[in-house]
Amino acid sequence: MSKLSQRHLLGIKNITREDIELIFETADNFKQVINRPIKKVPSLRDVTIANVFFENSTRTRLSFELAQKRLSADVINFSASNSSVKKGETLLDTVNNILAMKVDMIVMRHASAGAPHYLAKHIKANIINAGDGTHEHPTQALLDAFSIREKLGNLEGKKIAIIGDILHSRVALSNIFALKKLGAQVMVCGPPTLLPKFITSLGVIVELDVKKALEWCEVANVLRIQLERQQIKYFPSLREYSIYYGINKKMLAGLKKEIVLMHPGPINRGVELSSDAADSTHSVILDQVENGVAIRMAVLYLLAGATN
Amino acid sequence: MQKKLILDSHLLDITLNRLCHQILENHTSFENTVVIGMQPRGIFLANLIHKKLELITGKKIPFGHLDTTFHRDDFRRREIPAKLSETKIDFIIEGKNVLLIDDVLYTGRTVRAALDAMISFGRPAKVELLVLVDRKYTRDLPIYADYVGKYVHTLDTQRVLVELEAQGHKQNKIWLINNEKQ
Repeated sequence: MSKLSQRHLLGIKNITREDIELIFETADNFKQVINRPIKKVPSLRDVTIANVFFENSTRTRLSFELAQKRLSADVINFSASNSSVKKGETLLDTVNNILAMKVDMIVMRHASAGAPHYLAKHIKANIINAGDGTHEHPTQALLDAFSIREKLGNLEGKKIAIIGDILHSRVALSNIFALKKLGAQVMVCGPPTLLPKFITSLGVIVELDVKKALEWCEVANVLRIQLERQQIKYFPSLREYSIYYGINKKMLAGLKKEIVLMHPGPINRGVELSSDAADSTHSVILDQVENGVAIRMAVLYLLAGATN
Repeated sequence: MQKKLILDSHLLDITLNRLCHQILENHTSFENTVVIGMQPRGIFLANLIHKKLELITGKKIPFGHLDTTFHRDDFRRREIPAKLSETKIDFIIEGKNVLLIDDVLYTGRTVRAALDAMISFGRPAKVELLVLVDRKYTRDLPIYADYVGKYVHTLDTQRVLVELEAQGHKQNKIWLINNEKQ
């Protein structure tokens, strides 16, 4: 089997374990390609891809763009801040106008949950969700799981803790889906106000004490506090959050075992993660970024390769 | 489905020995020669040839695997993307004489992709192609093998099946198969 079960990558919820494993196997090959002197392959030379970003992004957009260029695709970039969206154009009109210029694939980030799903129903091009509101961020979850697989061999039965702002995090939700599908045990940890009410229905363990979470887990995936999405106050101050939920090197050194420390970026140094922890040998944060390019190449390659 | 045996274990061994000695004629010193097998099926044959060459010359010859999938010209033109295999080349190709090995030469498109894929690792001084079976008059591209185990005349409906012990078969056997349309 070398074909995905879906035409789009809208979320991890929609894809199967076999899909995830196929993406990983393909990414293994691409990781090798991007470490060669000549980092480019000609596979997607007749494919045009539009990166449509209605929300800010550094890593994801650069990573997608680099992945597309390494595959020899033609790339156009679009960000909402300097476009006709400001003049009142609808999402479907904007995308249809881009597609009229003969674009084959759309990579989209949008502030509203479900925006790529809506688009998938109305247009022919392949769609990759690069983050939709607080819903899903599938490529981030894939690269996180890929990085864990690289570090620990496989995910079956492994203990992964996701720590921080679970309520507003699309990374958390996609990660939970991906890790559960690959057979890992998942724990979420954060202040009660930042844990969604029905989170246990996803089959995850809930822990309120970050020290206990660190003692339990083999991998800690630390998330950022998403102040831009918080309409009300969920905790008294960032300083207080940092005191109760911030992770530093001393805490890691106090554990009986070595754990792997991950962060999807951007890091707020001194809030969820201290500088000495983020830069320590536990951290695989920059490996995650490298793997991100390989994973996105794999997803683009597999979606583009399946003829409609 | 009809099967016809083209090479059996004994004949194959004679053929491989002949190929190795032909290579020796052209590469008197193996100082600058490397052997690359083409994934997925060419690597088993390449392995046999490589071992024989090392035995005959008494020298260590670099050996690698090359996957051509990303360089194929039928991407997006077939139902299902081709399955990927590993590329493993731990030496420098730049300035080397490369002996490229595959089991069957048919349309020549895979070899074209391999030449492209190889350039990603450097600029070889010279590239030669060795195939076990050359299906004559079936080429889509102007590609020719330097060393050929056996020439066969085939139809489009026919297929060459290479069964090697290294691939888990009982005996080395090369078959010509008729896939007559019902």
